[in-house]
Amino acid sequence: MTTIIVHRKLTSVTPTRRRWMGLVEFVLGVIMLLIFTLRVPAGAVSTFVMTPGGITQGLAPDWVLPTFPVLLGLTLVVMALGAFQFFRGFDRWMNGVLGIVAGLFVFAFLTWATANTSLNLTGMLSAAVLLSVPITLGAFSGVLCERAGVVNIAIEGMMLMASMTGALVGSVTGSLVVGLLAAVASSVLLALAHAVLSIRYKINQIISGTVINIFSLGMTSFLSSKFLQTYQNLNNPPIFPRIPIPLLADIPVLGPLFFNTNLFVYIMFALLIIIQVALFATRWGLRLRSVGEHPKAADTLGINVFRTRYMAVLLGGVVAGIGGAFFTLGSVGRFDEAMTAGKGFIGLAAMIFGNWTPIGSFLAGLLFGFADSVASKLPLLDTGIPIQLMAMAPYITTMVVLAGVVGRGNTPAADGEPYEKE
Amino acid sequence: MSEKQQKQDVGKVLLDELVNPPAPKKAGRWSKVGRALLLPALAVLTGLILGASLIVVTSEDVWAAFQVSFGAGLGSAWNTITSAYAALFAGALGDPVRIIQALQSGNAVEIRRSINPILESLVNATPYIFAGLAVALGFRAGVFNIGVEGQLFMGAIAATYVGYAVKGLPGFIHMPLALLAGALGGAAWGFVPGWLKARTGGHEVINTIMMNYIAFRLTEYLLGGPMTRPGSGGLPLSPIIEKSAEIPQFFPAPIRFHLGFFIALATAYGVYWLLFKTTWGFNLRTVGANPNAARYAGMDITRNTILAMSLAGALAGLAGANQILAVNRSMAIGLSPGYGFDSIALALIGNSTPIGVVLASLLFGALRNGATRMELLRIPNDIVSIIQALILAFVAAPAIIRTIYRIKPSKEADSTVNIRSWGGGQK
Repeated sequence: MTTIIVHRKLTSVTPTRRRWMGLVEFVLGVIMLLIFTLRVPAGAVSTFVMTPGGITQGLAPDWVLPTFPVLLGLTLVVMALGAFQFFRGFDRWMNGVLGIVAGLFVFAFLTWATANTSLNLTGMLSAAVLLSVPITLGAFSGVLCERAGVVNIAIEGMMLMASMTGALVGSVTGSLVVGLLAAVASSVLLALAHAVLSIRYKINQIISGTVINIFSLGMTSFLSSKFLQTYQNLNNPPIFPRIPIPLLADIPVLGPLFFNTNLFVYIMFALLIIIQVALFATRWGLRLRSVGEHPKAADTLGINVFRTRYMAVLLGGVVAGIGGAFFTLGSVGRFDEAMTAGKGFIGLAAMIFGNWTPIGSFLAGLLFGFADSVASKLPLLDTGIPIQLMAMAPYITTMVVLAGVVGRGNTPAADGEPYEKE
Repeated sequence: MSEKQQKQDVGKVLLDELVNPPAPKKAGRWSKVGRALLLPALAVLTGLILGASLIVVTSEDVWAAFQVSFGAGLGSAWNTITSAYAALFAGALGDPVRIIQALQSGNAVEIRRSINPILESLVNATPYIFAGLAVALGFRAGVFNIGVEGQLFMGAIAATYVGYAVKGLPGFIHMPLALLAGALGGAAWGFVPGWLKARTGGHEVINTIMMNYIAFRLTEYLLGGPMTRPGSGGLPLSPIIEKSAEIPQFFPAPIRFHLGFFIALATAYGVYWLLFKTTWGFNLRTVGANPNAARYAGMDITRNTILAMSLAGALAGLAGANQILAVNRSMAIGLSPGYGFDSIALALIGNSTPIGVVLASLLFGALRNGATRMELLRIPNDIVSIIQALILAFVAAPAIIRTIYRIKPSKEADSTVNIRSWGGGQK
C-alpha cells in the first residue's frame, strides 16, 4: 500500500496585503453606501423578471424587492467582510471573498439601477453563463498546461483558429459534430506547434505562445478575407440548439440557467468535474502536477517529463478548441475576423484568479462572463454611467487579484521552465 | 559607503565576465557581423518561401490549372508566386523601370512619385521602430512588455489632446510638447505594470494585457464623449490637431514622408547609448540578465524594473504620438493595425538591439507597404502577419533553421531574451 501525503503549502498572507485587500473591500462598501444606498427614492421597489425570454419550462414568478432595505443589507455585509479582512483576514479564502464582494457589489448596482423599473435577471444570468463558456474553457486549457509546467498564452490563438475551422467545416459539411471535431483538430495542431517549440526546441514559452497568436490571427484573417467573405455559403454553419434536460429543465431559475441550454455549457460542466477529479484525485493527475512542480524529481521517479508535458499541452489544445468552436457553432453562427476579441487572455486571467484550479477558474470565468453580460445590458438601464468605464471593471479586478495572489497561491513551481534532461 | 562601492565593483567585473563572455580572438569583425545576420536572413528567406506556398495553395487559378494538367499547374503556381512577390517588391521599393525613366527625364515631380513606395515604406517603418524599441528595452531589462498596444493608444490620446487643445503656440514648441505628452501618456501606462511587478510580483504579461483592454475602453469612452469631434455625428473621432502641432512632411500632399522617421532613428541611437554606454543601462541589462547577481551587486531591482517599464511605455507612447502628429492628424479607434504584436516580433528578430530593431522595422515596414500592392492580386495583406509569425518562430528557435540548412551551431549564446514566467523560476 502506498499512501500519498499531500503537503499543503502554508498560505500565509502578508499583513500589508491583507490590510490592502480589506481596505479595497471596505471602500467598495462605502461606495455602495454613498452612491447606491443613500440615493434611492423613498419606497422604491426593484422588479427582477426571473424567467428568460423564449423559455417555456421552469417558469418562475417575478422578484419584487424593496430597494432600500436590500441595498442597506448588501452594503453592511460588504463592509463587514471588508472589516474582517482588514483586521483578521480570510487567509486562503481571500480571493473567494473578494469574488463574493464583487458579486454583491454588482448585485447592489443592479438593484439600484432597477429601482422602480424591471430587469430580466435570469436572462442576464443566462447570457452570463454563455459568455463565460469560452473564458472558462480557455482557463481550463491553461490549468492543464500550466499544471504540467508549460505556460500557454497561445490560448487566444488556438481558440481563434478553432472558431474559424469550426465555421468553415461546419458550413461545408453541414454537420455540427464534424465542425466541432475539425475545430478541435485545428487547435490541437497549434498546441502541437507550441509543444514542439517550447518542449523540444526549448524556446521561451511566452515567445512561442506569441508566435502562435500572431500566426493564428494572420492565418484566420487571411483565409477569411480570401474565402469566407467571397463565398458566403462557406461561412454559414449551423448552431448547436438548446437541449432541455428532462425534469431538471423544469426547476425554476436554475432550470433555464443550467439545464435548458447549449451543449457547450454541459461540456463545460463535464470538463469541470473531469479535470478537477483527474488532476487532484488520480495518479495521472499527481504525476502531471509533479512534472509542473519539480520535473527533476518526477524524472528521477521514472515519470517521462517530456511525454507528460506533450500530453498536457495537447489536452489543453483540445479544451481550447472546444472553447473556440463555441464562438461560431455555439453562439454566433458566422466567423468574423479576430472574433475571439481577447477572450483567451481573459481566460488566462481567470486561471490565475482561480488559483490554477478548475473550480476556481470556473467561478472566475462566471464572474467575468457576468461582468460582460452586465456591461452589455447597461445601456438599457440608462444609469448615466458610461458603459466603457463599467466594462473596465473585470480587467482592474484581475490586476488587483494578481497583485495579491502571486507568490502565495498554487502557482506550479516549474511553470515556464524548459526541462533539460541530464 | 566605501564598502558598498567596493562590492559593486567586484560584482561588475564578475558580471561583465558573465554577461559579455570574451569573444574568440580569431573571429574578425566582419565574419562576426555575417554570422549575426546569417540566421535572421535565412529565417526571412524561409518565411517568404512558406508564405509563397500558402499563396499557391490558396489560389483558385492554380487549382484550376492543375485540373488541366500537372505542367500547367506548376506553371500557374510559378506565375502566381512571381507576380505576387513582384507586386510586393514594387509596392515596397518602387518599380525600377519607372524610377530609371523618371531619373532620365529629370522631372522632379515624376522622380518623387516613382520613389514614393520607398518613402511610404519608411513612413510605415517609423512607428515600428518606436514600438520595437519599446519591447527590446523591456527584454533587455528582463520584462516582457506585451502592452505596447495600450501604451501606444494612451500616447496617441495624450498627444492628440495637447495637439488640439493647446492653441497659439509656435510650432517648434507645440510639436515637441505634443510628442512629450505622448511619451508621458505611454510611460504612465508602462509604469503601472512595472510598479505592480516590482512591488507585488504581479506578472507583467497579464498586467500589460489588462492595461491594453483598459486603454481600449478608455479610448472608446474619451472619443465617444469628452474628446469627441464637434459635428462628427456620433463617430468616435477626435478633433483635428492644430497646424503647429504637426510633425512636418517633406514633400507635397500624396507623399507622406515626414520628420518623424529621423526622430525615430535618433531615438534608436538614444536607446543604444542609454543601454550600452551608461551606468543606468548597465544596471538595467544586469537586472535583466541575472537579477540575483544584480541584487548581490547592490543594484536596486525594484527601481530598475519600474524604470524599464516606464521607459518602454514612453517609447510606445512616442509611436502613437508620431502616428497622430505626422500621419493621421486626429485620433480614431482604428489607430493601430496590430503594432502591439508586431513589435514583439521586431524586438526578437532584431535580437533586442536598437540597430537590429531598426533593420527589422525597415523590413517589416517594406513588407506591410508592399502587401497593399499584393491586395490587388486578391492576396489579403494578412499574409504579412503569417510570414512575420514564421520568421519569428525561426528566429526564436534557431535550431530549426540550423536543421534545415545544416549549419553548425555557434559557440556563442544565442538568446538575449531572459524573461521569467509567473510561476517559479526564482531558484
